[in-house]
Amino acid sequence: MCLGIPGEVVEFMPDQPDLARVNVSGVRRVINVGLLSDEPPVPGDWVLIHVGFALSKIDEDEAAAALAFLEGIGQAYEDELTALADSQIE
Amino acid sequence: MRFVDEFRDSDKARALAAKIAELCEPGRQYKLMEVCGGHTHTIYKHGLEDYLPEQITLVHGPGCPVCVIPMGRVDDAMALAAESDVIMTSFGDMMRVPGSNGSFFDAKARGTDIRMVYSPLDSLKIARQNPDKRVVFMAIGFETTAPSTAMTMLRAAAEGLKNFSVFCNHVTIIPAIKAILDSPDLRLDGFIGPGHVSTVIGCRPYEFIARDYGKPVVVAGFEPLDILQSIYMLMLQLSEGRSEIENQYSRVVPWNGNPVALRAIGQTMELRPYFEWRGLGFISHSALKIRENYAALDAETLFQVPGVRVADPKACQCGEVLKGVLKPWECKVFGTACTPETPIGTCMVSPEGACAAYYNYGRLTRTKVPLAMPGPRP
Repeated sequence: MCLGIPGEVVEFMPDQPDLARVNVSGVRRVINVGLLSDEPPVPGDWVLIHVGFALSKIDEDEAAAALAFLEGIGQAYEDELTALADSQIE
Repeated sequence: MRFVDEFRDSDKARALAAKIAELCEPGRQYKLMEVCGGHTHTIYKHGLEDYLPEQITLVHGPGCPVCVIPMGRVDDAMALAAESDVIMTSFGDMMRVPGSNGSFFDAKARGTDIRMVYSPLDSLKIARQNPDKRVVFMAIGFETTAPSTAMTMLRAAAEGLKNFSVFCNHVTIIPAIKAILDSPDLRLDGFIGPGHVSTVIGCRPYEFIARDYGKPVVVAGFEPLDILQSIYMLMLQLSEGRSEIENQYSRVVPWNGNPVALRAIGQTMELRPYFEWRGLGFISHSALKIRENYAALDAETLFQVPGVRVADPKACQCGEVLKGVLKPWECKVFGTACTPETPIGTCMVSPEGACAAYYNYGRLTRTKVPLAMPGPRP
């Protein structure tokens, strides 16, 4: 129940400003975005959806930063593997 | 899917695991608690414990909303549902939670009108479609779900809907963490902080854990690499002798949480003086009730709620599991009398419960069995 799912905002529903259509893994459905009224999302923004409500906007810069850290870690691991493969301990 | 697949790469997981192992001091044992049941689920689904050095033990915390609901509240909900003009609604997770007289599913099979909903807004819709019935939403969950209930109540009030009410069982995470920190049974080294609760409450409420108890907290996302990275960040703090609140899940969790959500909760709900938690007993100021000015939407005001207290089944050791004192497989009835199909305790019901996670992913112990016996020495 505590698992949220990321979805991309497609459009807002006419006459109902706190409802938006989102795309979740290719499925489109309507969710409530009222909890984001301080900084409403725009189409193209990604939001985290929880029991029918967008709970938070997903910050692309922060996601990119986290991935950059993980890429760095992955690279260090690959470097280590390469170094091990190159070594000739006898 | 975007923001999901990127955080599941197994090479990166192994790289993080190697970094974590480097940070372990020889001879020291580390106990880290993942507070949230969603994390427990990810840990067992992806076998993350197998990536970790044996010096690190992950202890599963109380952050499974279904698991902490005491049996008495289920019985109370059943009593409401039994009224002839009532349609009871709740999340799917709640349907199999055993009360003294069976679960919601059992009651439904006996003819009680109980319906599973994805969102509290679905309950509202059922209320609009059934004006001659009284629709009750059994609200459960931590601060993650409380704003959705609050927004639904505000909507019902704005529409002037007369046949919708909420049976409020929302709980708050901070008093539960404090109860665990004050429990003499358990010594923890740090906390993997609940990601989605923190989207609402932010990171500041955890500051007392670092300040008063000297333990680090890292708020974590739900993908395998999120959790491993959070363990790495906790181990880094421990190796440097720091205890701070850090946010690994900054792509989703703002440091100050979601003020709109907090306002909606504050407008419709207030703290109860105390609330019973399954396994943890009564904890003061640990749950929410509906404010008096929304009494028209409060099932506890509208109905005669029996308010029963029922002791947990004797064989069930969910309390010890929820406090992290026992591993699920150490419970006497785990996997025998208590399975996800016939749960005795709540930890076996929800996919976020530690017992269900262990059971479903077949992880009984962490003992690593050698694949082949070593051959005789020449």
